Amino acid sequence: MRTPIAYFLVLSGMLFATGTVGVLTRRNALIVFMSVELQLNAVNLALVAFSRMHADLNGQVLAFFSMVVAAAEVVVGLAIIVSVYRRRHSVNVDDARLLKW
Amino acid sequence: MPLDNVVFWVFAPVAVGSAIAMLLMRNAVHAALLLIVNFFCLAVMYLLLDAPFLFAVQIIVYAGAIMVLFLFVIMLLGVDRGEDLSERLIAQRPVAIALGLAIVIEVAVAVRAGVGFATKAPAGFDAANADGNTQALARVLFTKYFFPFEVTSVLLIVAAIAAMVLAQRRARAVTQAELDAVTAHEEASEPGVSG
Repeated sequence: MRTPIAYFLVLSGMLFATGTVGVLTRRNALIVFMSVELQLNAVNLALVAFSRMHADLNGQVLAFFSMVVAAAEVVVGLAIIVSVYRRRHSVNVDDARLLKW
Repeated sequence: MPLDNVVFWVFAPVAVGSAIAMLLMRNAVHAALLLIVNFFCLAVMYLLLDAPFLFAVQIIVYAGAIMVLFLFVIMLLGVDRGEDLSERLIAQRPVAIALGLAIVIEVAVAVRAGVGFATKAPAGFDAANADGNTQALARVLFTKYFFPFEVTSVLLIVAAIAAMVLAQRRARAVTQAELDAVTAHEEASEPGVSG
């Protein structure tokens, strides 16, 4: 392993920033959700890279837990998107602003 | 150039490129497929970082299960729907892109200051992975992290029940105002119906 850990961390930062821009700019709820997944994965990459750097398995276990929680989050999030779609026939995030003053 | 460097420089641009292309896609199916490419590249990164178990989990859980679920929902909701591109906030897009670039620069500066770009031979990682990465992870997971692991199973059950409750089709709740409106309408049109 001669690739510097820092490369992986910078890659992780770039993916996280891409996911953030996606969450902030896109209107389709599904693509916003995919961008959130991208952010989660970027953080997982950073966790695994730090685990390698410190020769410690705790980082990998944390990345594993974050994958499990992401799976649960996807299930609930997609169910919410489906039920919002049934109610107002749109997946545009701007349409669901009933609680906004 | 060592082999893992080559692998990194092949897959890192693909990962970033597919992530950026995902943002630019109009069609949600194309975005999902690009995200799968990105997840595979990340899986290769895990392999480079000596985490073969997470490599397998990434492909099975993310690229497999989660993205299939995404595609399933996209197909369920219809794919040919155009996206409303009007901006409700002033200059939201340029500000978002500027903030994204700021995150990249911030991470790069922090990494340079905190970790450095020097190649560092990791000491003791092979010892931590004594008889295989999966076995070593299992040892940590089922001893030190046993309670969080059990809590995770509760979380998954709750998520499954939540999905059933949220996505089931049910009769729409009728409010008292709507009932009154219907009654008033019927009363108003009573002579017309009889006549």
